[in-house]
Amino acid sequence: MKTLSPISAITLARLREFIRRPETLFWVYFFPVLMIVVLGIAFRNQTAEKFDVDVAKSPVSESLLEKLSTAPQIRPHLFEAAESRARLRTGKTNLIIAPKSGSANDLDYTFDPTRPGSLTARNLVDDHLQRLLGRVDVIQSENIRFAEPGGRYVDFLVPGLLAMGLMGGGLWGIGFAIVDMRIRKLLKRLMATPMTRSHFLLGMMASRLIFMVPQIVILLLFSYWIFDVRIYGNWLSILIVVLIGAVEFSVIGLLVAARAQTLETVSGLMNVVMLPMYTLCGIFFSYERFPAISHPFIKLLPLTPLIDSLRALILDGKSIFSLGPELLIMSGWCVVPFVVALWIFRWND
Amino acid sequence: MQPAIRVSNLVKTYRGKPPVEAVRGIDFEIQNGECYGVLGPNGAGKTTTIEILEGLLTASSGTAEIFGLKWGVHGAAIRQRIGVSLQETQLSERLTVGETLQLFRSFYKTGIDAQEAMRRVSLEEKANAWVKTLSGGQKQRLAVATALVGEPDLIFLDEPTTGLDPTSRRQIWEIVESLGREGKTILLTTHYMEEAERLCDRVAIFDQGRIIAEGAPADLIHSLGAEHIIEFSIDRDLNQFDDSLIRRLPTLERFEQLAGGFRITVGQPHIVLPELINNLAQQQIALASLTTRHASLEDVFVGLTGRHLTDQNQSRNSS
Repeated sequence: MKTLSPISAITLARLREFIRRPETLFWVYFFPVLMIVVLGIAFRNQTAEKFDVDVAKSPVSESLLEKLSTAPQIRPHLFEAAESRARLRTGKTNLIIAPKSGSANDLDYTFDPTRPGSLTARNLVDDHLQRLLGRVDVIQSENIRFAEPGGRYVDFLVPGLLAMGLMGGGLWGIGFAIVDMRIRKLLKRLMATPMTRSHFLLGMMASRLIFMVPQIVILLLFSYWIFDVRIYGNWLSILIVVLIGAVEFSVIGLLVAARAQTLETVSGLMNVVMLPMYTLCGIFFSYERFPAISHPFIKLLPLTPLIDSLRALILDGKSIFSLGPELLIMSGWCVVPFVVALWIFRWND
Repeated sequence: MQPAIRVSNLVKTYRGKPPVEAVRGIDFEIQNGECYGVLGPNGAGKTTTIEILEGLLTASSGTAEIFGLKWGVHGAAIRQRIGVSLQETQLSERLTVGETLQLFRSFYKTGIDAQEAMRRVSLEEKANAWVKTLSGGQKQRLAVATALVGEPDLIFLDEPTTGLDPTSRRQIWEIVESLGREGKTILLTTHYMEEAERLCDRVAIFDQGRIIAEGAPADLIHSLGAEHIIEFSIDRDLNQFDDSLIRRLPTLERFEQLAGGFRITVGQPHIVLPELINNLAQQQIALASLTTRHASLEDVFVGLTGRHLTDQNQSRNSS
């Protein structure tokens, strides 16, 4: 039997343990794909969407219903006014149309303007009724549907989920794994051998980087097959950014694990680290939705520059050289937590 | 030649409120090729001492040298020459026995291959079994094998048989004995006195952070002055019993009243026994039970502290 170098022996042992846990394989490799599929379907760009609207009961409601029955994209329903309000409140309808004084030419539109569907339904209904009664459009226009790959929600989502996978993988694969080894006194046992701390850390890190490759490849391949998500940027640049991201979150995992002595402690710390970033950093929606004053702070979090860089490379086809600030922040997150982690790390107990 | 281990005035105090003085100034030396036993109840400071010697803890004061080398200066060199089996290490469950040993082998410059390590602890048949499928005894033998892969000169075994069934315990003993025949130096901690008597050339008895006796097991037992223990009980209320007829028995060294009877330590049981039975018969007292045995290290511990080793197990923490 050949004797391996310590780093490759640790890497190999970690890889073996990893592939022998089917549940980890599922979470790391297939869960992100499942999320892409579910979210991609839920938020697909729909054509010919129909909007439900309610007509409140009145002497003229029959004639209104008849007029609306020819409106494109409108599905009218007849209800008592009170019942319609309940339906509007619970989101079952988008709009209530009520004649003001028994006349079909004097209408109240009741809707919530902050709901995108409501506003669209109101405009569709109003346009249709106005035209029926003789309004003439003054300019000619035609609608051309834009749905090119790169601009859809699923395109936005893929780089976000890629980055999320790197975050979860680093924290679980390094942070949780180290605390587990500490609890089992395996870490202490290893420290009683000539294995050095750097061998251990490099081996853990190397195994993490190797797990990550299929994670990225599977996600990108499935997105391409199912949703035609394409890569506009340079592959090598993407690989470099992914590597930096993987190192960044492995190092944060190391910091989280530096002193924790129970799985509860490390799980709690990991949630403290990950939960804010799930919502703030733009995995599922752009952080531009948060007040502008918060943007400089959000951009300093470890996940934001990774997502921003991946989107710039994958969707916009930008060059890695345009990503200076992002790479700088990520490098900072690779170095500072590492130094702190080594300083406070519990090796022997 | 330097001794394998030289410890002088070693002290370890754990910070806390109040501070715990786990080791309160101990000295001992272990010669090359010796099997040295560290005995004592839980909380006596055995594990703290062994972990200082393994380089896993730093002493509060005093020195501990391995082959004349000091931790903190020659740590890397010492680690290449020692093999360690800790209390309660759980090795990776989803690695096989062979893979685990290859991993540990990779850390040493020289050593034996995984196959040979498995042979020495009779685990060849389990080479491809995951660690989680092993029995307690097999896991412990694997733990010993991880201590052997670097072909160390000095092996530390911290309570290698605690919690094992008698068969597994005997298998570990055989491994330790074979290591002794190969000329390895072994430091082993245990709270089983019979284990120490069987395996160790010399033992140190620890109690409350100090060494209260040191020497070859036979010499320590001999130091009791009498090597035979007679335990008996009678069909009579112990409180109404006049024990002077026991106290005047020939070659008597110790006399203790136990919960259900008496224990006496004597030099010449073949003289004592007939006389004891005669004396009792004259008082028309019948024996309810009678056993005789050789004195053990347990009796040495009782003789030194007035306590039993096992009494301590529940009430004191392991450290």
